[in-house]
Amino acid sequence: MSVDLQTVKRVAHLARIAVSEEDAERMTGELNAILGFVEQLNEVDVTGVEPMTSVTPMEMKKRQDVVIDGNKPSDIVANAPATDENFFLVPKVVE
Amino acid sequence: MSDLTHLTISEARAKLRGKEITAAEITEAYLAAIDRANPALNAYVAVTADKARDMAKSSDARLAKGEGGALEGIPLGIKDLFATEGIHTQACSHVLDGFKPRYESTVTSNLWADGAVMLGKLNMDEFAMGSSNETSYYGPVINPWRRSRVDTVVMPTTHQGDGGFVSAGGAKTTRTLDNMQLVPGGSSGGSASSVAAFLCAGATATDTGGSIRQPAALTGTVGIKPTYGRCSRWGIVAFASSLDQAGPIARDVRDAAILLKSMASVDPKDTTSVDRPVPDYEAAIGKPIKGMKVGIPKEYRVDGMPDDIEALWQQGTAWLKDAGAEIVDISLPHTKYALPAYYIVAPAEASSNLARYDGVRYGLRVPGKDIVDMYEKTRAAGFGREVKRRIMIGTYVLSAGYYDAYYLQAQKVRTLIKRDFEKVFAAGVDVILTPATPSAAFGIADEDMASDPVKMYLNDIFTVTVNMAGLPGISVPAGLDGKGLPLGLQLIGRPFDEETLFQTAYVIEQAAGRFQPEKWW
Repeated sequence: MSVDLQTVKRVAHLARIAVSEEDAERMTGELNAILGFVEQLNEVDVTGVEPMTSVTPMEMKKRQDVVIDGNKPSDIVANAPATDENFFLVPKVVE
Repeated sequence: MSDLTHLTISEARAKLRGKEITAAEITEAYLAAIDRANPALNAYVAVTADKARDMAKSSDARLAKGEGGALEGIPLGIKDLFATEGIHTQACSHVLDGFKPRYESTVTSNLWADGAVMLGKLNMDEFAMGSSNETSYYGPVINPWRRSRVDTVVMPTTHQGDGGFVSAGGAKTTRTLDNMQLVPGGSSGGSASSVAAFLCAGATATDTGGSIRQPAALTGTVGIKPTYGRCSRWGIVAFASSLDQAGPIARDVRDAAILLKSMASVDPKDTTSVDRPVPDYEAAIGKPIKGMKVGIPKEYRVDGMPDDIEALWQQGTAWLKDAGAEIVDISLPHTKYALPAYYIVAPAEASSNLARYDGVRYGLRVPGKDIVDMYEKTRAAGFGREVKRRIMIGTYVLSAGYYDAYYLQAQKVRTLIKRDFEKVFAAGVDVILTPATPSAAFGIADEDMASDPVKMYLNDIFTVTVNMAGLPGISVPAGLDGKGLPLGLQLIGRPFDEETLFQTAYVIEQAAGRFQPEKWW
């Protein structure tokens, strides 16, 4: 399988990365080189093979459903580019 | 007194406990070495001199009372991927500009609890995506090793620090260094370069497809990626969560064992952290390997592999045989599919993990006309080319209609790769010996690799299988190539059998000797 320019632009939008026409053209070539490289996986017979979900056979650990952390909103927003009274500020999303 | 920066961790530990030296002295020696060398090597992206001095002072107080921890007063460098409270943590990406976490990763917390001293944060490929440390927002790291102009160099049995060495035949060769700048490998290039150039006693690193072992091999240092689940991933910037593992890069096998003991732990904050006590890895060093079964996988003999690497592999096999190990030929038939499967699984997980960098909660924000425009502009400006490439591949293979063809197929192939190893271990093989990399260090801005991303990816051809199967792997320096550059051998073990890796790697180290670059920086 290979991708064309339109697909690259669509994927870039899905990934929320702005691309120029020039970027998209360069990426088309690069992505096709990688997709060409991974194509060889199709020759592997995977009949009856389960997809890997965990490299180590283990049960997911569960912890007690109790509060062990919290009450530090100022820490949470400390690194944000724009905040107001412990809220993250973003451009207007609701008209 | 000899240069304190040239002491191994075990040597420094003895001198600190014996009160022959102080933590303050060794810390000052490293800070001075970093000051002198960093403009040339670019290994550190942040030096925490004040914090290092404070930590050293506390270490000296504890040592004076005889209360020192396992790493008391040992100065370490920390890869920029580990969250360090109040200190530069950016995964060497522009998108995390100014990020100073309000928490500390579990691995670094463990190191400080054992008394280690932090020198600063180490350069790396952006978000650990790269094999040459050239994708860092902070520029490439330079390998302290350089090619020599001598073409015929016999693999040395002993090494002298003056740049000349005694060959197996006993003839002394003097080298003239070439000026060409070489990469230290990646993604843990800053960790490997700083350890090799004596800018820290040891370093933390991480390995998703070979990012500890490949740079260790390219710089003549020892690097171990432990079993998946051995070190907590909590507080480590995520790349591909099912593959990422932390581990140390050190100057010798013993130091790597000492560091891993402190880094590893059982951590309730990481659900994939395994509930097994951490063994005393150092105790495995020096144990005989007589009767151990060492597997040599035929699939690791790849087309176009340099003769030097083939010779090194045979030499390593001979050393283990001489030490009493039984050598057996084995087959890992799905080896060639590990790298292509990795380039689906890792980008898929990365595209999901890196969705969080949206200009809202931390780091860079580029204003836009609405929120989506802000996201797109922030991510376009914040991520470098390689990171964007991988996010794009990951987004594509997970997108509607392609999931089964790519991601599901890759995860099935991954099951087969793991099964290959399980069969070999079930047949009684204790450890597998392979080359660590398909070549020695290459030049900065290598044209071949710059023009074709897949060429760069092939650097990880021998290491990536280990991540895909969640196994432990160690890279140990084993010799120099014809141009005087270090080469490493890789040992792969059973899950949670890091002890066998240290035990066997030590045998190779004893036979090969240790290697250090001639100082030019």
